[in-house]
Amino acid sequence: MTEAVADAAARGYVETRRAGRRVFYAIVVLLCVWVLLPIYLLLVNALSAPAEVTAFPQRFWPSFDLGSISFFVNFQGVLRALWNSVQVAALTMILSIGLGAPAGYALSRFDFRGKEAFRFLVVMTRAFPLPLLALPLAVMFIRVGLDDTIVGLALVHTTLALPFAVLITFSLFSGIPVELEEAAWTLGCTRVSAFRKVVLPLALPGIAASAVFAFVISWNEVFAAAVLTIENRTLTAFLLQSLNVSPLPLKFAGGAALVVPALLFIFAVRKYLFAMWGIANR
Amino acid sequence: MAEIRIKDVAKQFGAFTALHSIDMTVRDQEFLVLLGASGCGKTTLLRIVAGLETASQGEVWIGERRVDRLPPRDRGISMVFQNYAVFPHLTAYENIAFGLRMAKLPQAEVERRVTRTAELMHIEQLLKRYSGQLSGGQRQRVAVARAIAMEPDVILMDEPLSNLDALLRLEMRAELKGVLAESKTTTIYVTHDQVEAMSLADRIAIMNAGRIVQADRPVEVYRNPAARFVGSFIGNPPMNFLAAERVDRGRWRVAGQVLPGPNATQDRIEFAIRPEDMAVGEGGIPANVRVVEPLGPHTLVTADVGGQLFRAVLDSDIAVAPGDTVSLVPQPERIRWFDPETSRALQ
Repeated sequence: MTEAVADAAARGYVETRRAGRRVFYAIVVLLCVWVLLPIYLLLVNALSAPAEVTAFPQRFWPSFDLGSISFFVNFQGVLRALWNSVQVAALTMILSIGLGAPAGYALSRFDFRGKEAFRFLVVMTRAFPLPLLALPLAVMFIRVGLDDTIVGLALVHTTLALPFAVLITFSLFSGIPVELEEAAWTLGCTRVSAFRKVVLPLALPGIAASAVFAFVISWNEVFAAAVLTIENRTLTAFLLQSLNVSPLPLKFAGGAALVVPALLFIFAVRKYLFAMWGIANR
Repeated sequence: MAEIRIKDVAKQFGAFTALHSIDMTVRDQEFLVLLGASGCGKTTLLRIVAGLETASQGEVWIGERRVDRLPPRDRGISMVFQNYAVFPHLTAYENIAFGLRMAKLPQAEVERRVTRTAELMHIEQLLKRYSGQLSGGQRQRVAVARAIAMEPDVILMDEPLSNLDALLRLEMRAELKGVLAESKTTTIYVTHDQVEAMSLADRIAIMNAGRIVQADRPVEVYRNPAARFVGSFIGNPPMNFLAAERVDRGRWRVAGQVLPGPNATQDRIEFAIRPEDMAVGEGGIPANVRVVEPLGPHTLVTADVGGQLFRAVLDSDIAVAPGDTVSLVPQPERIRWFDPETSRALQ
């Protein structure tokens, strides 16, 4: 009797678990479709002949016709915008690591008044809406003469990328035991040479990842780029501007040109991005 | 010549005083062990000597130089850390060579010193490995080799064996003693393990709550504790303490027995005896036996004397059982007396 009850309870438990797992996989599939389907369609169309883009039904496999891509590359102003994007992103990368890594190091190694408040503020900068800043920023940039320049846009992108650079490098440096540095000091190193010979080699892969992330943030940013540049548009701003007037194949090719590098970069550095949010490296 | 002189060194962390005015001299080539429970300030003191921590006041001298304002690299010290601190991005060889390269020694000399210290620590086979490919014990050998290769005046060790398992600890302990004696450096060694302290030290400095309570040879510390704390901290099982009441000049009543003692003016003092310094006999301290633990070479008897816990290490062929009352006679020359007010030893 009691055995039967226990049996039923056990069966009930197994069934509940099985149902739970089904829901879990359904959500996983849904999220994957949500993220991957647009990327898939983007790639198929970018790699298909211009005529096939508007065809119905859509092809499952792209025809690997480079017509759209070559049209995009040869489109007036695209290459220049691409070059601008690379310049702005590279400058953003240098600035945000140059400023962010020392801040991350200080946060991980020193106790100072207001440290927690500082960490909080670093995150809070992300909560400040850029559109609110855009107009005063544009006015100020015009006054200073930074409007429509690579440097000016890179500065704005740096403010966007800096919090991430600080947080990633903070967790990176925190993962390197202080004793290693102390051992280096007792073995004849100054603070600087201990950093160069011990901390930097250990942190370098993570710093590189953080740099790539900053690059991607700038690469993908469209709002500030559209507001603050006119002549020297980055690729995102350029595409936004010509979206209405450009043919569909161009849109797809441009979208792919923006998404693919960003995706590859993020995939390469994903383990460090997880570390930033405190998820163990896997 | 590297004598370490610590003069009036104190350290505050905010409102907390980690060290109260420490004065201590470590003689040239001496092996001094700082012993104490965790939080007693022993590691802080070591780190002040190393230059990894700054003292709130006082001076540190190594040899003829005042070093307390110098960075660690200019103090002529090497340090071995509790968690080894072997650089993970360098091979064992490059770890040992690290300080030598920083000192810009010629390659031949680097080669010679690395080879020699690696031999000394029995890690010649491991020199090409990275720290991730070494066991804890091997890592600690690399860390010690790295410290010795510098040929420093002073080696500072912060609980170097506490992360090793018991067997390895025993083996490394014996080896360290030999290696350090040969290297002719002055050593300060921090530990909370009293057996480690007793077996390694030329002199033990026992610390409690930011003060050095006693600094003396291991046997002296064991036999003649300067304070009640030392008696209760050193020795396993620790010293026994009983209240003593003054009968008249130099005579004290302890658990009903009158014993000769110090000419103190107090009415009440404390009687102390080590568990192994007693034997069963006539006219001793009456003890109600609670637990009997035969340990082979001797038998540990836990008893109760007037409500106080009292332990005796007795000969293993003595027949006692829980519930018995035995008369324990202390060896007169091994009895110690403490002032309950100051907790210092009385003569």
